Amino acid sequence: MHAINYEAPKSLDEAVKLLAAHGEKARPLSGGTDLLIQLRAGTRRPEFVVDIKQIPELTRISFSLQHGLRLGAAAPCISIHENSDMRKYYPGLTEAAHLIGSLQIQSRATVGGNLCNGSPAADTTPALIALGAQARVIGPKGERTVPVDGFCLAPGRTVLQPGELLVEFHIPAPERHSSDAYLRFIPRNEMDIAVVGVGAALSLDVSDDRVVEARIGLGAVGPTPIFAAEASKSLIGKTLDAAAIENAARLAIAVATPIDDMRGTAEFRRHVVGVLTRRTLAKAAERAREANQR
Amino acid sequence: MAASSSNGFRVIGTRPIRHDGVDKVTGRAKYGADYAFPGMLHGKVLRSPHPHANIKSIKIDKALALPGVKAIVTSADLPALPDKMEAAGEQAINLNHLSMNILARGKALYDGHPIAAVAATSPHIADEALRLIEVEYELLPPVMTVEDAMKPGATILLPSLRNKEDGPDKETNVAAHLQFKRGDVAEGFKQADYVIEREFKTAMVHQGYIEPHNAVGIYNADGHATIYCSTQGSFVVRALSAAVLGIAEGKIKVVPAEIGGGFGGKTTIYLEPLSVLLSQKTGHPVKLTMTRAEVLRATGPTSGSTIRCKMGATKDGKLVAAQCWLAYEAGAFPGSPVGAGAMTIVAPYNIPNILVDAYDVVVNRPKTAAYRAPGASNAAMASETVLDELAEKCGIDPLEMRLMNGSEEGTPQTVGPPFKRIGFKETVEAIKNSPHYKSKLTGANRGRGVASGFWFNVGLQSSATVNIHTDGTVSVVIGSVDIGGTRAAQAMIAAEVLGVDINDVRPTIADTDSIGHTDVTGGSRTCFATGWAVYEAAQDCVRQLKERAAKLWEKKPDEVVFENGMLSPAQPGGELKPMSIKQIASRLARTGGPIVGRATVNARGVGPAFATVCVDVEVDPDTGKTQILRATIAQDAGKAIHPSYVEGQMQGGMAQGLGWGLNEEYFYDDRGILRNTGLLDYRMPTCLDLPAIETAIVEVPTPGHPLGIRGVGEVSIVPPPAALANAIYHAVGVRMTELPMSPPRLLKAILKKRAAGEAQAAAAD
Amino acid sequence: MSRRPRDPHHNEKIAAEFDPAADDGGPKLSRRSFLKGAGAAAAVAGLLGVQPAAADDAAPEPPLAGAAERLGPGPATFKLRINGATRTVTAEPRVTLLGVLRDHLGLTGAKLVCDRGACGACTVHLDGAPVTSCMMLAIDARGHEITTIEGLGAPDRMHALQDAFVAKDALQCGFCTPGMTMALSAALEANPNPSPAEIKHAIAGNICRCGTYPHVIEAALAAAQAARGQA
Repeated sequence: MHAINYEAPKSLDEAVKLLAAHGEKARPLSGGTDLLIQLRAGTRRPEFVVDIKQIPELTRISFSLQHGLRLGAAAPCISIHENSDMRKYYPGLTEAAHLIGSLQIQSRATVGGNLCNGSPAADTTPALIALGAQARVIGPKGERTVPVDGFCLAPGRTVLQPGELLVEFHIPAPERHSSDAYLRFIPRNEMDIAVVGVGAALSLDVSDDRVVEARIGLGAVGPTPIFAAEASKSLIGKTLDAAAIENAARLAIAVATPIDDMRGTAEFRRHVVGVLTRRTLAKAAERAREANQR
Repeated sequence: MAASSSNGFRVIGTRPIRHDGVDKVTGRAKYGADYAFPGMLHGKVLRSPHPHANIKSIKIDKALALPGVKAIVTSADLPALPDKMEAAGEQAINLNHLSMNILARGKALYDGHPIAAVAATSPHIADEALRLIEVEYELLPPVMTVEDAMKPGATILLPSLRNKEDGPDKETNVAAHLQFKRGDVAEGFKQADYVIEREFKTAMVHQGYIEPHNAVGIYNADGHATIYCSTQGSFVVRALSAAVLGIAEGKIKVVPAEIGGGFGGKTTIYLEPLSVLLSQKTGHPVKLTMTRAEVLRATGPTSGSTIRCKMGATKDGKLVAAQCWLAYEAGAFPGSPVGAGAMTIVAPYNIPNILVDAYDVVVNRPKTAAYRAPGASNAAMASETVLDELAEKCGIDPLEMRLMNGSEEGTPQTVGPPFKRIGFKETVEAIKNSPHYKSKLTGANRGRGVASGFWFNVGLQSSATVNIHTDGTVSVVIGSVDIGGTRAAQAMIAAEVLGVDINDVRPTIADTDSIGHTDVTGGSRTCFATGWAVYEAAQDCVRQLKERAAKLWEKKPDEVVFENGMLSPAQPGGELKPMSIKQIASRLARTGGPIVGRATVNARGVGPAFATVCVDVEVDPDTGKTQILRATIAQDAGKAIHPSYVEGQMQGGMAQGLGWGLNEEYFYDDRGILRNTGLLDYRMPTCLDLPAIETAIVEVPTPGHPLGIRGVGEVSIVPPPAALANAIYHAVGVRMTELPMSPPRLLKAILKKRAAGEAQAAAAD
Repeated sequence: MSRRPRDPHHNEKIAAEFDPAADDGGPKLSRRSFLKGAGAAAAVAGLLGVQPAAADDAAPEPPLAGAAERLGPGPATFKLRINGATRTVTAEPRVTLLGVLRDHLGLTGAKLVCDRGACGACTVHLDGAPVTSCMMLAIDARGHEITTIEGLGAPDRMHALQDAFVAKDALQCGFCTPGMTMALSAALEANPNPSPAEIKHAIAGNICRCGTYPHVIEAALAAAQAARGQA
């Protein structure tokens, strides 16, 4: 590993100043479970590593039924699945956070890092997309809010400009009969990187099992995580029967642009997008029907 | 001692606690990378980023100028060695190829091929120095498959390579063609009612030992060198390092550290000569350790292969002919295990007509090394699935098919001479009678498969010393490293012969200066051959103990009886009381001095190993993912010294075979670059991917061995991929002919079958 | 498997005598932390297989106030809490926790295997939770209680799990064993009565290539039972 400078700001202000001063020479450090691999492999060679874990806003998780969820970008995954509100109101995001690497990794890895790393296979990103999460970004020019479904631009590249920092996610409060789910396909039973990941969030009118709101996020089937807009839209107002689910799965496959690589062929991935879209929707629907959030 | 009676033993067959357990569970056991010495430098290796390239120049000045960098070596620092087979220690090897694999000479032949090595004051500085070495490459087309390498006009890897068939003038990538023949296959197939012929492809896979290679080299100004490393064979490291460095073998001492797995992959050298060379240049101890990516890119995986297998049977299930064609990837230098593949492919069966052709082919991949029954798993994937298909055609239970045709004492081996007493059919019977095979498997998309496997095992040379200490405790000194129970097993053999408590025996693994030559811990030979040496060395102690007792009692040695650790006069009665070893040990000085038992063996009459396995799977037909529900293995151990370690070898080999079957593979991209260089994408089974593997130890003693031992380390990896393929067929009706049977491959086969079924149904309408 | 809140003085209950090189001479008893930790200590003593040892005040680094801290790129001197003792380390910011343990402190039980948190062989406890020490910078471990396999139990006072690993022969080559033991000891502390499935989940990130998983699971069940029996 090349030599690095380590800096640990205690406040957002300080962090922004440091990041702005260093520009492209700096990289924020939260759990480090992606960054350290890149430093070791020499694929990123920042002069400055800015540890953001001592900034209170970045590690907090706060939830209320009025305001929804504020999830600090540097909160470790373990703090998500140990949080009872998270397990109850956002089970899909929680299971996504509980799938990243091993328990040892989950003790360190963060949802913010998962997103900022810019991998199309990040497990929590499709789950965030499904929940309609907004990312709060702060930088030398002030604050802005970016929807997670537009955050990634290309493998390893995001909307973050030099000097900008992802602070937290905001996820709307859950509707009465709403829930989410995340499923991924991997060849082994744990540890692997997603070959395909699908997140779905549904809000239902249980009186007639009609879909009020639906969002589907796809992972590892394109250069960035994908919001399957057409597939999501197709469900709204429909009864969630086999035909509606099948149609959504078909539309989800249509927006996938996977490649052949060591984790699977493009052909395989397209097929599995369909399989997982069906399974994820069914799981989210089952949870939404049982949910009674208020 | 009665060798054949399993209940005649006091210690053998029991399960004592291992001697090295506490050290290993408290983190105190020292593996190679755990050694550190004052003034020690850290080494790193620069590796080729190209699979095939001429090396035009290597400039090291900038790297040498980096503060903290102490030395840089390239192949120019190694002596040129003859490009022909020569003896290096105990093996015949092409030393030029060996040396070129340590540091590339003129050409880079695979992604990861070592180009230069750096020693610096910290591993980080050494790492940074690698980036400053400038190498000019002239890129050549990579040759990645045996098919491409064997094509007329193929790009040539090694301009000097020749094979006998093509003569001295023809450049080739085919290092050797072997053929084995019995009877007349054309006539044989005429007698067959059913003939099945399939082509198989198996991917290159890695042993996956989790401890990366390591070495600490210390070169002394007097010309002697010491190497600390984790290896399966300290004497091999000594001989090969000496040859590569041009140092006399006796001037190198190899101290074997604890070893974190090897499975065959740690039977050659990579970093060891570099550690000595860098130490020689700097005057400091130098430690090198590999990263996981280096282990995968540039150590010795086992061959990927293309195999065609055609077998014929009469309708009552009698196998009448088999014809096989095997081509194995050797990697960048000749030496794939294709010969073993050829000799094992139909060895479990008595087939009157066979013809087997085998090709050793160089490709731009790392030079392969041994991996647990090298070459046999690939071969069994072909023959054992074709046999399953034949059994189905004949309407015969697959285990019955194996019993009907199984090799036994007197059956000619593929190489010619008949088998002595072997336990193949006993392993088939053991599976047939297992609770697993007797259980009913129900449920959709579930299937059960069986398969068998054969491995030769080897004998080779071992040395052992057994010391009787003055307090009556015993030390056993061997040269075989302990890769998973050797200490315990060897101590048990000594305890058995000497009639002492197992806790009074202390096993020690000695360095190359402190014990006689001992070949690798590999080839399933350690318990068989080193165990034989320990048995004889303990017997040597018994002989000396009798002499001492005779001296004290003023009798002849043959008038003393030794039994259960007690010496007594042959004629009972009289005033002479029996003496224990402890009693006589305290009087050694008065009876002639210390007792040291010694023995060396060049073990002949090795007992071949057979295993039969049964696997249940469930396949997700929507994703092609296979879950292993249950697995059982029966294996002939001859005589199980420590049954837990025998079971451990059976389960371990089977676990690796199941990983090989489902998900493990080397994935090279179009440019010949290895893409899956980490353990997230080189997918070895986790605990969630494996069932608790059930075992049945079969004991058919090896004739001629004093304890009847057969090696148990390897054959367990042979049948699992084929058994999985057979189980998958019985689950979802597709015959898989490619390894691994990963979800994308299996799903493709399932969808193809479904489409064919729908087309057929449509045509019928 | 959900975690119970961890005893903040977990590590202090692990005797630190094995580590005489600790620059503060090892943990000392303070009335406050002793009272705070005593109840829990008794509960875990059985599991740990050791008597609660003296605990010191264990104040980690003073809270860093004010302007951002800057270190590097050259060596920095800092303190780490390891196995109940405070150790002063001089290392560059780029050095990982595993690097400090192995190369600076001679604690070579944790192994470097995969360089990327994919095998679990370098697992240590960070405030009682399992982490892969190859995946964090040493300076990032300041202010946390770190326990390594050497601190879990010594040969003469082994953790119940270490005893069970030997008794159940839960190792072949032994290389994954320290990481496996650390992952499991954290899991047992969080859940003293785990099912086999929960044990599997706890070690899903620990690769054993010798294929000894069934024995490992058996050992974990035996250790849990032994600890419950003593509690």
